Amino acid sequence: MNNAAETPVVNRGNAVLKEILSGGATRALLSVLLGFVVGAIFMVFSNEAFLTAAQYFTARPTDSLAAAWTAIADGYSALFRGSIYNYAADDIVVAFRPLTETLRFAGPLIASGLGIALAFRVGLFNIGASGQLLFGALWATWISTRVSLPWGVHLIVAALVAILASAAYAAVVGFLKARTGAHEVIVTIMMNYIAAGILTYFFRTPELLREVDGGGTPKSDAPAETAQLPYLLGDQYTLHWGFILAIVGVFAYWWIMERSTMGYRFRMVGHNADAARTAGINVERTFMIAMAVSGAFVGLAAVNQALGARAGMTPDIDGTIGFDAITVALLGSSTAPGVLLAGLLFGAFKAGAPAMQVIGLSPEITGVVQGFIVLFIAAPPLVRAIFRLPPPQKSTVVADWWRSLVTKGGRK
Amino acid sequence: MKLELRGITKRFGALVANDHIDLVVKSGEIHSLLGENGAGKSTLMNVLYGLYSADEGEILLDDVVQNFKGPGDAMAAGIGMVHQHFMLIPVFTVAENVVLGHEPTGALDTLDLEAARKLVREISDRFGFDIDPDALVEDLPVGAQQRVEIIKALARDAKVLVLDEPTAVLTPQETDELMAIMKGLAKAGTSIVFITHKLREVQEVADRITVIRLGAVVGDAKPTDSASTLATMMVGRAVDLDVKKHSPKKGDAGLTVTNLTVVGDRHNKVVDDVSFTVHAGEVLAIAGVQGNGQTELAEALVGLREVTGGQIILGKLDITDSTVREVIDAGVGYIPEDRSKDGLVGDFTIAENFMVNRSYGPPFAKGLSIDFANRARIAEDLITEYDVRTPSQTTLAKQLSGGNQQKVVVARELSRDLNLLIASQPTRGVDVGSIEFIHERIIATRDAGKPVVIISTELDEVSALADRIAVMYRGKIVGIVDATTSRETLGRMMAGATV
Amino acid sequence: MSTVVTPGLFSQVEVKVSKKTPYLMGVFALVVLGAFGIFGKTETVAFQWSKEDDVIKLPDFLVASNLVGIVLGVALVAIAAVSFVLALRGTKTPLWLTLVFGLSAVIALLAWLAAGNSLPFAFILGNAVVLAVPLALGAMGGIMSERVGVVNIAIEGQLLTGAFLAAVVGTLTHNLYLGLVAAMIGAALLSMVLAAFAIVYLVDQIIVGVVLNVLVLGITNFIYAQWLTQDGLNTNFPGTFPIMPIPGLSAIPIIGPALFESRITTYLAYIIIPVLWFILFKTRRGLRARAVGEHPLAADTVGINVARTRFWWVTIGGLVAGLGGAALTIGAVGAFGRNMSGGQGFIALAVVILGRWHPFSASAAALLFGFSIVLRIWANQVNPGIPTDFITMVPYVVTLIAVVGFVGRVRAPAADGQPYIKG
Repeated sequence: MNNAAETPVVNRGNAVLKEILSGGATRALLSVLLGFVVGAIFMVFSNEAFLTAAQYFTARPTDSLAAAWTAIADGYSALFRGSIYNYAADDIVVAFRPLTETLRFAGPLIASGLGIALAFRVGLFNIGASGQLLFGALWATWISTRVSLPWGVHLIVAALVAILASAAYAAVVGFLKARTGAHEVIVTIMMNYIAAGILTYFFRTPELLREVDGGGTPKSDAPAETAQLPYLLGDQYTLHWGFILAIVGVFAYWWIMERSTMGYRFRMVGHNADAARTAGINVERTFMIAMAVSGAFVGLAAVNQALGARAGMTPDIDGTIGFDAITVALLGSSTAPGVLLAGLLFGAFKAGAPAMQVIGLSPEITGVVQGFIVLFIAAPPLVRAIFRLPPPQKSTVVADWWRSLVTKGGRK
Repeated sequence: MKLELRGITKRFGALVANDHIDLVVKSGEIHSLLGENGAGKSTLMNVLYGLYSADEGEILLDDVVQNFKGPGDAMAAGIGMVHQHFMLIPVFTVAENVVLGHEPTGALDTLDLEAARKLVREISDRFGFDIDPDALVEDLPVGAQQRVEIIKALARDAKVLVLDEPTAVLTPQETDELMAIMKGLAKAGTSIVFITHKLREVQEVADRITVIRLGAVVGDAKPTDSASTLATMMVGRAVDLDVKKHSPKKGDAGLTVTNLTVVGDRHNKVVDDVSFTVHAGEVLAIAGVQGNGQTELAEALVGLREVTGGQIILGKLDITDSTVREVIDAGVGYIPEDRSKDGLVGDFTIAENFMVNRSYGPPFAKGLSIDFANRARIAEDLITEYDVRTPSQTTLAKQLSGGNQQKVVVARELSRDLNLLIASQPTRGVDVGSIEFIHERIIATRDAGKPVVIISTELDEVSALADRIAVMYRGKIVGIVDATTSRETLGRMMAGATV
Repeated sequence: MSTVVTPGLFSQVEVKVSKKTPYLMGVFALVVLGAFGIFGKTETVAFQWSKEDDVIKLPDFLVASNLVGIVLGVALVAIAAVSFVLALRGTKTPLWLTLVFGLSAVIALLAWLAAGNSLPFAFILGNAVVLAVPLALGAMGGIMSERVGVVNIAIEGQLLTGAFLAAVVGTLTHNLYLGLVAAMIGAALLSMVLAAFAIVYLVDQIIVGVVLNVLVLGITNFIYAQWLTQDGLNTNFPGTFPIMPIPGLSAIPIIGPALFESRITTYLAYIIIPVLWFILFKTRRGLRARAVGEHPLAADTVGINVARTRFWWVTIGGLVAGLGGAALTIGAVGAFGRNMSGGQGFIALAVVILGRWHPFSASAAALLFGFSIVLRIWANQVNPGIPTDFITMVPYVVTLIAVVGFVGRVRAPAADGQPYIKG
């Protein structure tokens, strides 16, 4: 195929710059930026003041522009106040609460994002995070509300049960794919609906998990105190150990995918299942194991939702985590640090929602921003075209340097 | 029609695949384009056919400059191409394939399949092809599929016919038939460009020869020139076409295959009651035209395909129903036929590719994690020992040339402690330098006392490497003969004649 | 890639047909015979064939519920036995027999659920058709896309876009036909994005599809929350298309009212489905499209413009899917609700696979699913003792079983999902 020698790199600094600009991190950053720009457009066009001023745009354009600017500024500053630092607050505790809320929301997003990311790298599309989460949460709630165990043990058992249940629910998908070749996209989505149905049934039936002295709507009891995830920063903030679990997950993911032989085999199957089979790997079994591990990470999110709650839970305990996990994995390029950062970003969006609601901006706007960010990240050539970025470079100076940092003994 | 290519240049990034190539094909002439794998022949033809656009240069037909924006233009101008990898839709019929792109239609854009059938029958009769227009292409034997490709080109009134490595999938007899067809077409006025790397065929049928090496024209030659002259022009240095080989020191039976039967994807016996023995220290070559069950035999031996009947014994171990991993652990080295699909993971580094079938324990793993230091050391050693041309061991496998990729696979397999080596088409698509290297290594393995099974469609390779030759035809072994057997006899066996 | 095929001249081996089908049939048959027949309910079921306002009214058919169960259960056992014998002889169970089996099992189930009540057959069939229309149209859009080799996970987004635009534009312009057109154009635009990303930017098609779904959901949710809920009367109150009975055909007993007393969206579906079949299998354009989906390189070498073919088929498929989306709102209930499509785009995808990428088979599968959704609505009303949550799951479970059970046997267009890269 390739018989010619590579043209030598003339200017090393130039090459490095080109490599950075063409790399994934730059594109991710720019995709986020573009997403915010689109969000701004939506903010402007749903702002009443702007819409009124726009009607007489030709007569007094400055009014419209001013209204537009105010809409954008108000919207994003509200997001900031709600997710990072509330500079309008009176005391320091309240001022820092937004950051803790961001971390609290980020926890399950990071954890489930890791699960989806792992599946991606094995070549599987795990769209079933919400179903796996609900299934895990169901069994965790059973342990936490219907079983009594001493402090410490209770929490650990409930957490393990959640992780195993989520893993098992995901493994079913892998099994079906391996045995019957069923397309995992459809299977996982159907299983999402099925899990929701099962959970609702359990939360509705008094003999099962419905809260004691409950009404007609499906709702469970709050988890027992001995099974709750303890607060991380005291009672002032609602941030609990779920976030720490997510961080542990990040390290576990990194170790599995980059250091372990199991992760090596996962990546092999993801790149080229035929070559993997010829090399002796049981591809079908790998799919099952990978889905199970993927589900286990989602189980961490289930632990977060089921055992981080302080009140009775409803069947929408998964919120939008199911689809958010996919966007987190995509934005994070299925890498450990990427998923961590993407999870924090989208956690910030969730935390900022109430603040935006206060100024009359529907919090669904973050869903729009999120969707566009991921649209841009999914199309590298598009972002490249918009920003005139250089195409993927042959020189691997930065990549080699990063690889030598991350993989021992990988130099030359 | 006279075809002329003037100064054609095509680049892929930094690689210059075609470097200012000039070529003139006279009307009614069979002109051979000779070059080794990777020389740029197919690229040139893709430019001619409009699939690629040349960066520089012109195409002239009857001295008129052409401007092809796609295959449609080329075909309209009278250029027909018979591709190396057939461009046929397996689930369509012959008639549908032949008329695709210039279909006869009735009212409301409906397909006139009757007219299509008539066209196929007409051309088929004219040249004696005997093809059923309503047969599904995927049900046809390979030789018949190639004839469909030719009918496709002729149906569009091709005045220049380009045949790209057409004999790769034919028996020697079918090759002779094809040569006769080519001569017939040329006499009727069609200009023919015959692309190949096989010297023998060129000498038999070409009127004139253009030799290409590394993307550029090296010179013209005549069919009367000697094989070694042509080979030297192709490769650029004196080529020793023979491998130095001592007579084998045969030991005990290494691999014993008894009454092996394998059922294929279409419920047919692709391996039909096959038996043979390979001794330690000898090379058994399995010859035959592509598609007679050799691929499935290899897959069955390594555990990639289920065995329906019979036995495979390695030494004293029964590996008939073993999994691929068990076979690998039993010491079987396997160089698969399709290196990019089965042999390598293109997106892994060279170092990562060295451990694909040894990731469960030492030397590449330490407990549950990868032993990076050991892997780096081993990779370094193998790259040096097997002369893999690469900037570093962290280069991705897909960035290597075909020959270097194959050397990575060979290095990986031969660096293990083997009890048997199975090499399927070990030098397909590989440059001559690497071919020599790989052949030497295979003989070295045999001399080290291991049993070796080679599967190859190239009779030259078979003759060079084998101690004994087993010929496969339609899933059966037609005969096992000595390596000194004549080419004609082998050819007849490959077409089914028993010894 | 090489398309070298092993010559078809090897000796044949007798084919062993798997006994999976007869075993599954046997299990279901015994369940029906046992649960609905022998241990079934004794109350009478009134099979209502006609509605009040039908031209020709058939009298109700009264029968004990468990009698139906026994009779049909025995029939099912017989069919399972036939399937077993066929398998022993090496013949696969014909599709029509499986369908008869399925249909009989379902009727037995209905009889059991409706014990002591009436079974409004005409009502159920009619609604099954109405509910199947968005699924069928979505599936047609999916077939158009996948036949040229582009995986379309975004059917859900297309349906949602169509539903949303039909409702909103229909309200704002006070013209449902404009709403219909807007729905089709909107979904087509979404398809263009899918096509552009898949064909030009060479992005993984499944990811683009998932992302587009997320995006459409986000945008429609935002507009719904920000605007439609505040000002529903002016923005989200389109009404529905009138019901237009076809004279003559709608008088046919039982199926007449079900099939021919519908809205224009349904009638358009009746036209589109056979037209698509014709174009795909009988015309030159269809041949070329299928060639692109099977072997784009081969199609390119005969002069077919792969990118353009893919682009147009995907986009026009979007038009059809948009019509399906409109059928969800202005073709059925009227106003738009949050996440109106509720997973039906994915059921449509399952329909495409089950229907083997063939318009007629897919429509039959869509009808099956439409039926399972009706079952959910009707069973709730009848209150049979199965928890509502499980009834809600029926369409999804059916989809799952269908995809898992049947996928092994179908063959997608060979180049489905692979981007085509020219030199």
